[in-house]
Amino acid sequence: MNRTETAPRPRRSTEKSVLDRMSGLWRYRELLVGLVRKELKVKYKGSAVGFLWSMLNPALYLVVFYFAFQVVLRNRIPNFAIYLLSGLLVWNLFSTALAGATRAVVGNAAIVKKVSFPREVLPLASVGAAFVHFLLQSVVLLGALALFRYPPSPTFLLLVPVALVSLLLFTSALAVALSAVNVYARDTEHLIELVLLAWFWATPIVYQYRLVADQLGEASWVYRLNPVTPVVLTFQRAIYNRIEPSGLAILPAGKGVAWYLGQLGAVAAFSLVVLSLAFRLFGRLEGNFAEEL
Amino acid sequence: MGTAVEVTGVSKRFRLYRETLTSVKERVVRLGRVPFEDFWALRDVDLEIAQGETIGLIGHNGCGKSTLLNCIAGILEPTAGEIHVEGRLAALLELGSGFHPDLTGRENVFLNASLLGLPRSEVAKRFDEIVAFAELEQFIDNQVKHYSSGMYARLGFAVAVNMEPDVLLVDEVLSVGDESFQRRCLDRIRQFQREGRTIVLVSHASDLVRRICDRAAVLDEGRLVAVGPPGEAIRAFREHLLERDRRGEADRFLAGGESGAAADSPQAKRNLKIRIDEVRIEHPGSDERPYLLPGESLRITMGYEAVERIDDVVFGIAVYDLEGRLIFGSNTDLLGVPVNAAEGRAQVVFETDTVPLLDGTYLLTFGVHSHDEGIVYDWSEQQHHFEVMNPARSVGLVDMRVQAKVEARPLTPQTPPYRR
Repeated sequence: MNRTETAPRPRRSTEKSVLDRMSGLWRYRELLVGLVRKELKVKYKGSAVGFLWSMLNPALYLVVFYFAFQVVLRNRIPNFAIYLLSGLLVWNLFSTALAGATRAVVGNAAIVKKVSFPREVLPLASVGAAFVHFLLQSVVLLGALALFRYPPSPTFLLLVPVALVSLLLFTSALAVALSAVNVYARDTEHLIELVLLAWFWATPIVYQYRLVADQLGEASWVYRLNPVTPVVLTFQRAIYNRIEPSGLAILPAGKGVAWYLGQLGAVAAFSLVVLSLAFRLFGRLEGNFAEEL
Repeated sequence: MGTAVEVTGVSKRFRLYRETLTSVKERVVRLGRVPFEDFWALRDVDLEIAQGETIGLIGHNGCGKSTLLNCIAGILEPTAGEIHVEGRLAALLELGSGFHPDLTGRENVFLNASLLGLPRSEVAKRFDEIVAFAELEQFIDNQVKHYSSGMYARLGFAVAVNMEPDVLLVDEVLSVGDESFQRRCLDRIRQFQREGRTIVLVSHASDLVRRICDRAAVLDEGRLVAVGPPGEAIRAFREHLLERDRRGEADRFLAGGESGAAADSPQAKRNLKIRIDEVRIEHPGSDERPYLLPGESLRITMGYEAVERIDDVVFGIAVYDLEGRLIFGSNTDLLGVPVNAAEGRAQVVFETDTVPLLDGTYLLTFGVHSHDEGIVYDWSEQQHHFEVMNPARSVGLVDMRVQAKVEARPLTPQTPPYRR
């Protein structure tokens, strides 16, 4: 037996840096668009109403939660439909992207094993597809706003794109990491469903932020460690646009644009760090994808 | 001419887990100690492929040739060593592997091309050419799940070859499709060669390698055992195989055929009243080389011993190629040399002035049986072989002794000797 068999040289020198990976991704941006398109086309292929299903999802949620929380449990949030939708759309974007991305590499085993391309494109395409769904679902929200002649806050609406960018960064970071981990530990895709369920209730979507934050008092920052919360709060602030309607404390009081911007900035900065770690992790694990699948 | 692909000291280890533990629970229970065996698919392979060269990777199943191709393609990561590829690379590893059954042919062409790294605008420009090459004009807007496997492969090939790669990797894919499509694939590959592109080809078909490759590299058990002109490399490969096993493996690996005697085969029926106890294969160069040149003479001697005097006896011989095709068969009756009786020790000599075969390994079957073949005394099924090595580059089975010359044409048209 010669030495190379027992002690192979590690091949770390050729491992691509995060910047290389990003530039590789940029060259394959058309593939990203193509895969998003494919995912959407395939999802609704052969269904009669197609994209309407995307919109029916929040509409149904709305009916169920409205019935459960306003009729049965009698929470006193006025214009509950608007409140719920402004947070729920954000959540749907986050959760569908993660659920899809976790399976992205494993589900595309046939391609991964036969074609060489930057594999990060796969989880990112799931995020992209979720974003398209988000845009479709926004139509439901816009419809609800028009129906109730409800006025959003023009100033805070300017923060919505910032919130979306932060959320997409955070989602992409998790998406890239989870898709790679799931190749080696297939439980990840089941685990993530449970985690997302808990995460949903840890985020002020159905109930009001102040319900938790006021009890924590000074320690309310702990509650905002959840990176989805600042994004949801921004959406609620911009669209729901009421802080304490009819005496019920819902959104943080006395906070201006700067506070929200700071919160979102923190999420974005944190996400960038996680994203670069995720790319590094993905690069490490990627080498053996074709064998593990 | 620069180097297109440089493979330096590449080894690839696969961990074969005795059981696949992919769930967390199992991993926890085992505390990370999963029983595994290491399997080295490639061991310290060095290979330099020049720009514009066509190289064939050959070897039997599991020798590592596909692993090497996958490493060059960037799909597998070598455990050790480095691979450097210059220029755009396209891999034809499995035709149409990126296709989604629910999408139409058109949608898949765009998706597949972007998967291979071709910009959308480029695909749009070449779209008609791709579809025409695949001959799928009528079906391009149908979902590919309704395609036949041939249509599938044609479209996959058409996309890949139309992306103008600098380095093209081809894995056994030329064996799909009908003959006319195969011919067009080969034409395209030849066009690539003329355009100075580099091609790395994996094939079982040594004929194909000889026909289109400048060089061939032979892999065995993950090691590179020979690199050189296709003829020499192929011969080295055969020799290597035959060394491992006189017949069984060579037959199985090269031809994919089955061996093993069925209950009613002559082998099973033999009563051994006459026993073949010696076979000698001789040709003029026997002493220097283990193979014949096309057109050389051959003398095959079959020694036998009969336990008693047997009157009803015929000695037969048959020559097969590795794919199991009968090349020649005859016996003492058919050759007009009736044998009166077999008794004691003697030998039968089959002799020919010229072996008009081109290239390959040929397996010999000997039979000793009664005139009506009702009784089989002894039967030796493909236990012996001889080899022909063609130093020239013509291909095929039979040495037709063709000569070519270019001459001036007569000024006035004459009646052609052949009418088409």
